[in-house]
Amino acid sequence: MDIPRSWRLRNQRYLLEGNACTSCDKKHFPPVLVCSECKSRDLRPFTFSGKGKLYSYSTVYQAPGQFEAFVPYIVALVDLEEGPRITTQLTDISPDEVRIGMPVEKVIRKISEEGERGLILYGYKFRPPVD
Amino acid sequence: MREVAIVGIGQTPVEEHWDISLRELAAKAVLNAMDDAGAEDVDALYVGNMLSGILTNQENLGALIAECVGLSGIEAVKIEAACGSAAAAFRQAVLGVASGMIDSAVAVGVEKLTEMSGRATTHGLATASDGDYEMAIGLSFVAINALLMRRYMHEYGWEKNDFAPFVINAHRNAAHNPNAMFQNQINQEQYNLAKVVADPINLLDSSPIGDGAAAVLVVPAEDADKYDGQVITVAACEIGTDTIALDNREDPLWLKGVERSTAKAFRTAGVRHQDIDLFEVHDAFSIITALSLEACGFAEKGQALRMANDESIGLKGKLPLTTMGGLKGRGHPVGATGLYQIVEAATQLRGDAPDALQIDAPNCVMAQNIGGSGANVITSILKRRD
Repeated sequence: MDIPRSWRLRNQRYLLEGNACTSCDKKHFPPVLVCSECKSRDLRPFTFSGKGKLYSYSTVYQAPGQFEAFVPYIVALVDLEEGPRITTQLTDISPDEVRIGMPVEKVIRKISEEGERGLILYGYKFRPPVD
Repeated sequence: MREVAIVGIGQTPVEEHWDISLRELAAKAVLNAMDDAGAEDVDALYVGNMLSGILTNQENLGALIAECVGLSGIEAVKIEAACGSAAAAFRQAVLGVASGMIDSAVAVGVEKLTEMSGRATTHGLATASDGDYEMAIGLSFVAINALLMRRYMHEYGWEKNDFAPFVINAHRNAAHNPNAMFQNQINQEQYNLAKVVADPINLLDSSPIGDGAAAVLVVPAEDADKYDGQVITVAACEIGTDTIALDNREDPLWLKGVERSTAKAFRTAGVRHQDIDLFEVHDAFSIITALSLEACGFAEKGQALRMANDESIGLKGKLPLTTMGGLKGRGHPVGATGLYQIVEAATQLRGDAPDALQIDAPNCVMAQNIGGSGANVITSILKRRD
């Protein structure tokens, strides 16, 4: 990922910051400019708890370039407690343990690295909850 | 608005055309369509293409391809809507002619996916998804569709094998289409054993990448008899969209873009489901065939796999699908695919399909081209001229 993009998305990738509509209170991740529910443009930042349930998943065996080194890895859709669904990778779990509906939580992990001298990019992944 | 007609069609075979450049592929299809119509000139050229910038280091395709076919000087631009680029270009041609601002236009879809390594192509194809929130965290385009397929199987209790008839049907038809990439039939056992790309999607659930170009020449229906090609009426070409990322959809298993585009097209054409004699569905992945049939209204939600049999979708079935092989068997040169579908639909209406594939006297056919995983959907309805 290019450096400006990675920097620009830091609050989303590290903090899971989206926004909430001040008019109808719908929560959005990623943050939006216009509320998809009521079309209001008045939104405030909202940080998600990072807790959710698994909606779907897939184990990837053939990956785009910068993710080839991580194959096989698990990608997923997670329903966040506060409403929105998020696209993510799963971690700390093997493919045969994954079940639709299981609880998961956010954790910060390495997402990709760009060669030996390049950037290492971090961001959210989800894992089974650790109490 | 003026009624619009197709008077010329052209295509190249879908293959790994290592010896033919992007511009030559496009030019061949354009010239084939113009020759078919007996046209020496057109007012405008709309080029559907997704990845020329990334994979061929070439943009500005309008001027480039117009020049290649000896039409330098005319209106010519590229139209991009990911894998829906070609039908989106067709829509521009139809809009121009219908409005009266243009009297003849060629829409060509062209794509060259084998110019670079498979790795670069996989990266390029992923740009159809959300660059910040899907692609940037490791989702390939296949993985996005795998998330849909897994959830669909979970929610409705289908087994993976249940999808196989869509794939077997597409390959069986492709085997008789000389322009198709695959000329081999497949069976259930081969489907079961195919290599997994992103679980549960295997190699035979996925359409193959390839190079190719397809084109049509459209004119006002009132001028159609001035041309040589057998005339086909464009009854509708309509676009509907949905969110680009799956996660922003209330129900990812319901393709709202498909529903919107189909409803608009049926309304414009004044047709109903039972009027459609064949459907060139966007079978980029087996799951997309199922979800499209449902959102189009050909099947109940969660029940499209009940149509996965010859009586429903075979060439003599109630709603023949992918009659020339579809994306799966003909191949999926992404930004060209929508015009392959339209050329194939027109070929069926003309009665010019290979004998083994010709549907018995079709009157009204439907082609649906999708950009992204349901994000940009273009539905075209073509009719035999009365």
